[in-house]
Amino acid sequence: MPKRIVSNIRNIGHRTIESVWRLGIASRFFLLVLLKSGTSFRRFNLVIRELYFTGVLSLIIIVVSGLFVGMVLGLQGYETLQKYGSESAVGTLVALSLVRELGPVVAALLFASRAGSAITAEIGLMKATEQLAAMGMMAVDPVARVVAPRFWAGVISMPLLAAIFSVMGVYGGYLVTVVFIGVDEGSYWSQMQSAVDFRIDILNGFIKSCFFGVAVTAIAVFEGYDAPPTAEGVSGATTRTVVTSSLVILGLDFILTAFMFRGVS
Amino acid sequence: MSSENLIEINGLNFSYDTRAILKGIDMTMKRGQVVAIMGGSGSGKTTLLRLIGGVMQPSSGYVKFANQVVHELDRDALFKLRRKMGMLFQFGALFTDLSVFDNVAFQMREHTNLPESMIRDLVLMKLNAVGLRGAHHLMPNELSGGMARRVALARSIALDPMLIMYDEPFTGLDPISLSVIGNLIRRLTDALGMTSIVVTHDVQESLKIVDYVYFIADGVIAAEGTPKEVRASVAPFVHQFVHGEEDGPVPFHYPAQPYRKDLNLENDLA
Repeated sequence: MPKRIVSNIRNIGHRTIESVWRLGIASRFFLLVLLKSGTSFRRFNLVIRELYFTGVLSLIIIVVSGLFVGMVLGLQGYETLQKYGSESAVGTLVALSLVRELGPVVAALLFASRAGSAITAEIGLMKATEQLAAMGMMAVDPVARVVAPRFWAGVISMPLLAAIFSVMGVYGGYLVTVVFIGVDEGSYWSQMQSAVDFRIDILNGFIKSCFFGVAVTAIAVFEGYDAPPTAEGVSGATTRTVVTSSLVILGLDFILTAFMFRGVS
Repeated sequence: MSSENLIEINGLNFSYDTRAILKGIDMTMKRGQVVAIMGGSGSGKTTLLRLIGGVMQPSSGYVKFANQVVHELDRDALFKLRRKMGMLFQFGALFTDLSVFDNVAFQMREHTNLPESMIRDLVLMKLNAVGLRGAHHLMPNELSGGMARRVALARSIALDPMLIMYDEPFTGLDPISLSVIGNLIRRLTDALGMTSIVVTHDVQESLKIVDYVYFIADGVIAAEGTPKEVRASVAPFVHQFVHGEEDGPVPFHYPAQPYRKDLNLENDLA
């Protein structure tokens, strides 16, 4: 029995060291990507090509989800607010929830599962089929040519997608509360306009989504590049991308919110 | 004499952690030669190619390519050197997101400032050399295994390298594609005046096209010679390898304890 306890403790220690080790490797890889980003900006068409795959192809899921999240927010908000006779504030509720929290967070979660997983799988498969090695043998650095453009495309598209998500959400809320339920249209928009502050709400939401964009894409490219070059390896890496980025998004969101909105009414 | 040698390998050792993969390899490869490196799976053949390409660092000894010691070069010089090398990977390793044309054009676009019209002509010429000019618009997933390898061959000669390394170019090909690839290796080597290193275990096909053969077993050169010498060799290892015999210096059985003991028969006898 004590033997088992000892081996369990040893296992915990081993895993802890392993995780810290991996975190170190990931950080070094992240720095390497930043250092080798010159090519991406000199030949911006490489990034534009990836923007299509990560950004444009994620639009449909972002637009549809944004619309539905806004509709649900409108419905739930109306149900609660009307009890206190303040249903005209539903526009404020929808807009603030979206711009501050749900827009950046849910868009990032969707982005991680739609684009992050695709980036990991693509880079992992390129590694497994020796495409990255072939590129290296052709004197082309795969980190500069393959990884960095994907990273920057993700970083650029994330805030834009979050903004589109919020806009669709606000419109979804409008659809449910104003068009279907009949809340006064003027008060929906004007209350929203007076309550939402550009710097505190919109800019902070934008900054949040920038952080999420960096985190998700950095995790996605690292997992892909680090994936063992087998079918199992790539599938494991893809799963890890989605799980790790989701946890990181939620953790980061808490930290950022604590800094940004403490003491803001 | 040394200017005639494109590659000189001297006392090359390489190990993963403590496991020795290559132990004191000496080889020379002359310009214009097709050299085969043969050996069983896991004998360190691919590792040798990686050492020549500077992807890995030797534990001791050196690889000299065109009078430059590969592992002593810094990153920029190494990348410069690699432009003079081509490598054909086992399954071609074509870029799956680019068409056949763009795959062959890849290096020209990355490393030169040639105008697009000239790149077009060059790419079609390279593709013509491997007989696939008509397939330039296809995507890699539309190619058969043999075609993919021919495209990869066209891609690796894109910048007219001095050396091409082939990592098991014959694996998984039908007999026709196999001899097509074999003949292409010979023809292109002669036409472009390059040197070719073919890592393979396809004995019959490679003996037809090569000038010299090295056999690697357990990290050392077990035998070497011209195809004629190899065919006539009576050395046990070479004989077993060339004739594909099941048992010999390379045993059929993975090391194990005595069979009787594994089956628990020893106690029954008592």
